[in-house]
Amino acid sequence: MDSNPSSAETAQKSIYVSSAVTNAAKILVVGHFAVGKTTLIGSLSEITPLRTEEKMTQASVHVDDLRGVTDKTTTTVALDFGRLTLSDDLVLYLFGTPGQQRFMQLWEDMARGALGALLLVDPARLEETFPVIDLVERYGLEYAIAVNCFDPAATYSEAEVREALDLLPDTPVVYCDAREQQSSAMALIALVRHLLERAA
Amino acid sequence: MTTPGEEAPVTSDFVRSYVITGGRDLPSSEELALHTLVTLAPGRTLPLGAGPEVRAIWELCAGGYLSVAEVAGHLGLPVGVARLLLTDLSEQGHLLRRAEPPRAQNVDRATLEKVLNGLQSLIG
Repeated sequence: MDSNPSSAETAQKSIYVSSAVTNAAKILVVGHFAVGKTTLIGSLSEITPLRTEEKMTQASVHVDDLRGVTDKTTTTVALDFGRLTLSDDLVLYLFGTPGQQRFMQLWEDMARGALGALLLVDPARLEETFPVIDLVERYGLEYAIAVNCFDPAATYSEAEVREALDLLPDTPVVYCDAREQQSSAMALIALVRHLLERAA
Repeated sequence: MTTPGEEAPVTSDFVRSYVITGGRDLPSSEELALHTLVTLAPGRTLPLGAGPEVRAIWELCAGGYLSVAEVAGHLGLPVGVARLLLTDLSEQGHLLRRAEPPRAQNVDRATLEKVLNGLQSLIG
């Protein structure tokens, strides 16, 4: 670390981004409740995944427009995220975002500057994925579907998943085990390849 | 920040946030994205009257670059509150900022290729 030596204790140094890093990219890991977002982030993150919260006090304004809900109560939403240094000068942040519609402000915040979204799917609860697909599409995020195989015996074929989720033909569908680093990395690779095709 | 031995916390997190921010509206992500990297600029002096949250941010950010989200996560602050306090410090010239995402939503091909290469290096 090239900064103020009077500051952090030695033990803290490992939490910091390398001083050579000049670029930070962000990919969202989205999906319904308990689909494995935090697990996937944890399998890839070089830091202990962090949790923070976003206050949704201002979200009611957006919600008013969309659904006619007028409550002004404060909702707290947990965000889980991790970090992965990908080269000397680039870090990738993975943000796990809840899929509920009422957290519109959070989604705006998340979507800003995001490369795209990995949309995790539990094959046993495919219908819970529809609102999440609506959200990523509303925010103009490119995405890939990653079917998290909790139980390989219970999984559906890619064709079944595509049909059930009404996916476009070029939307990638991959199977992954969110607990495994390599499997999680493969799912992100499928997403980034797709993003490159769309950017071409 | 509530530390052991401190007085009992105020009635709710909402009130707590209100006190920390002085009741100001929280800035939007246009000000500081969650993955913007920040660190303390060299040779700065902690502003007089800095509250415990600003002091905590100051100490944390003195150690090197962290994203806005990491600052919030390490200090147990709501993201919006951390962003507001960091925006203040930045406007006062106390922070260096890096890796700010472009305003436009267009994805940069060179970055995608770097991300792809980095991810591919993870798999054997």
